[in-house]
Amino acid sequence: MAAEHKERILVMRSQLGRARGLGAAHAGAEHWWVERVTALALVPLTVWFVISVLGLLGADQPAVAAWAGRPLNAALLLALVFITFHHTQLGLQVVYEDYIQTIMLRHFLVLATKGACLVLALMAAVAVIKMCITH
Amino acid sequence: MKDVQDALMVARTSDGRLVRRPLSPHAGIYRWPITMVASILNRITAVALSVGSLLLVWWLVGAAEGPAAFAHVQGFIASPIGLLLLLGWTASLFYHLFAGLRHLAWDLGYGFAKPTLNPVSWAVLGATLVATAAVWIAAYVVMEG
Repeated sequence: MAAEHKERILVMRSQLGRARGLGAAHAGAEHWWVERVTALALVPLTVWFVISVLGLLGADQPAVAAWAGRPLNAALLLALVFITFHHTQLGLQVVYEDYIQTIMLRHFLVLATKGACLVLALMAAVAVIKMCITH
Repeated sequence: MKDVQDALMVARTSDGRLVRRPLSPHAGIYRWPITMVASILNRITAVALSVGSLLLVWWLVGAAEGPAAFAHVQGFIASPIGLLLLLGWTASLFYHLFAGLRHLAWDLGYGFAKPTLNPVSWAVLGATLVATAAVWIAAYVVMEG
């Protein structure tokens, strides 16, 4: 009984609050976590991409398109672009939140960046899928 | 005087003149510890890579559109400014990769010991230099060899 009481005093939070794991902002844990998960996924994808590009140096368009159109390469390219742009928009959001004090400008930049990242990821994905179909 | 923060910076000297209080330490005269350099470089390379990701999309779209579009992309990359951008992109990629791995180690609770902070900061910079040089030497060998 005494120990229970002591723990409540030390934690100073409700049990529900502890379980949710959110701070005063009521958000942010997921943003932080997804930034880490995408970073982890990008480690092998980036190494694979750099090595692949070295293998493609000097290759002409049909050769590059044939390479990108192969199922494994296409799947890894799709993963690379989607995870890259997801990580990018999460990271740039933090940069804006740190430096942009004008609230309207900050919201505008965050939303514009998310929109641009979505369009760029979709453009790259459509390009990869097109190379799958035509090669 | 714009706001309260500014008002706090105003003081009187002993002879009664109004002066602005000096700021210290000022970034312009501050000797940057290597940990500070390592930290801000992670963010600078992040922003550089965000811009550089346009190159990845352009390259994929060019390859999907056909020989003419792809030749246009390759022509830009092979130009002096293209090669310079690609060099910056490679270095940024490796720096952000190695500094990111360091961040993941921090998230697991490793790497906070004071004696390791400076050496690991230098190691991240060194690994970036080595990896960037290795990729460009490999590229040179592939293209010329």
